[in-house]
Amino acid sequence: MYPDDRRYTKEHEWVKVEGDRGRVGITDYAQNQLGDVVYLELPEVGRKLKPGETFGTVESVKAVSELFAPVAGEVVEVNSALVSNPEAINTDPHGQAWMIVVRLQDPKAAGSLMDAKAYQALVESAK
Amino acid sequence: METAPGTLRRTPLSAVHRELGAKMVPFAGWEMPVEYSGLITEHLAVRKAAGLFDVSHMGELEVEGPGALAFLQRVTSNDVARLLDGQAQYSALPLPNGAPADDVIVYRRSADRFLVVVNASNVEKDYKWLLSHDGGEYELKNRSDDYALVSLQGPRAQAILQPLTTVDLASLRYYHFADGELEGQPATVSRTGYTGEDGFEIFVRPDHAAAAWKRLVEVGSPQGLLPAGLGARDTLRLEARMCLYGMDMDETTTLVEAGLGWIVSLDPAKGDFPGRPVLEAQKRGGPPRKLVGFEVLGRGIARHGYAVSVNHEPVGAVTSGTYAPFLQKNIGLCYLPAAHAAVGTDLEIDVRGRPVSARVVPTPFYKRAQ
Repeated sequence: MYPDDRRYTKEHEWVKVEGDRGRVGITDYAQNQLGDVVYLELPEVGRKLKPGETFGTVESVKAVSELFAPVAGEVVEVNSALVSNPEAINTDPHGQAWMIVVRLQDPKAAGSLMDAKAYQALVESAK
Repeated sequence: METAPGTLRRTPLSAVHRELGAKMVPFAGWEMPVEYSGLITEHLAVRKAAGLFDVSHMGELEVEGPGALAFLQRVTSNDVARLLDGQAQYSALPLPNGAPADDVIVYRRSADRFLVVVNASNVEKDYKWLLSHDGGEYELKNRSDDYALVSLQGPRAQAILQPLTTVDLASLRYYHFADGELEGQPATVSRTGYTGEDGFEIFVRPDHAAAAWKRLVEVGSPQGLLPAGLGARDTLRLEARMCLYGMDMDETTTLVEAGLGWIVSLDPAKGDFPGRPVLEAQKRGGPPRKLVGFEVLGRGIARHGYAVSVNHEPVGAVTSGTYAPFLQKNIGLCYLPAAHAAVGTDLEIDVRGRPVSARVVPTPFYKRAQ
């Protein structure tokens, strides 16, 4: 069920490489763990992120969770529509609910992250 | 996920929850459903139609014998003598400092037979605390394993339950209960709950729990009933400003500070009980601090433990806080010094390093139309 056009982190973010850019969101597993999302905080365009750095927070009725950059890069786009309607994170986490786009410092860096199969296995083992 | 699943206890409905695809979490040593279809959906179902909760993790202590009433008068804060057969009473087990060891519901089955329903997290503690008191002509038994407990809550609760039970619900008043049958099996139906809605808590035998649950879902679903988890239970009770033990009150907060002075009886006929002098003084002179409700005005959810300031002076911490799905506001509770506890007081809450404004508001946040 996890799309194989992208890579995944053990913190349950995904990054989809599009040329020299990476589109970032959280996984279906992550949204399911959170439950109904009610708030999303995202960074400003221009912010430079290191791998693993916090770039925002996502908040459900019962929990708050930090968002971690899967790869290094500069934020070039922010999904401000999602900030106004964060419930899309629950309904379409791998599509409409992308969060930021970064200009990748190293377009090959995402290759070291988990592929869909490895991520699926991680999620299965957590059940 | 702080505890290994193998060490958690399961209620008689555990398999049913799994079939329903519930998300299970550890709670008070139990593996409990936190949500099924989604917290907000479940919360709204309870406000508009009905929700069905498994609360079998709650504890049941039985006190029986000619000295049962006298014993309960000595260990609880409310006046047990006011109960008639078939009547229930919200109460607490006060400690010498006036703080509760637990908040409880006392049910009078007959003049010499009572049931005390206690929080899951406190069953062992309460049982030991009650055993530590001087004996009398009564027997105290932990009957927690003999009962499954389901809670049917919401405006459609009576319509859903009535066809399935021999208990006449129309004549069953709030905080009253009756023995009867549910689908041909023995059940005790109590008009109580923890959601701010009309509803029933139904005690059944553990081996009947799954059948009872399934029938209630079958009959209730066409009327809008949803199985509801601990997540919705928490947001529902907070909208109704009902305290949660371990969050809004514990062994350091007196009953009067928690706003529960109304379950502290100073009737001379009740006699002495732990903490009575402290509670009496606070009821008469006012407590040094009060548990108040606030509404967040800025952006953010104030959660348990977040620091609260008045005029940039730290004055306390949030005890419970949530997004309130029915009210569509962010609300919470916190203790404030009595001098700063008035409705309308402006607060500042530290939301992970960011100051967010809030204001003391009247409670309950939500009250159902009668």
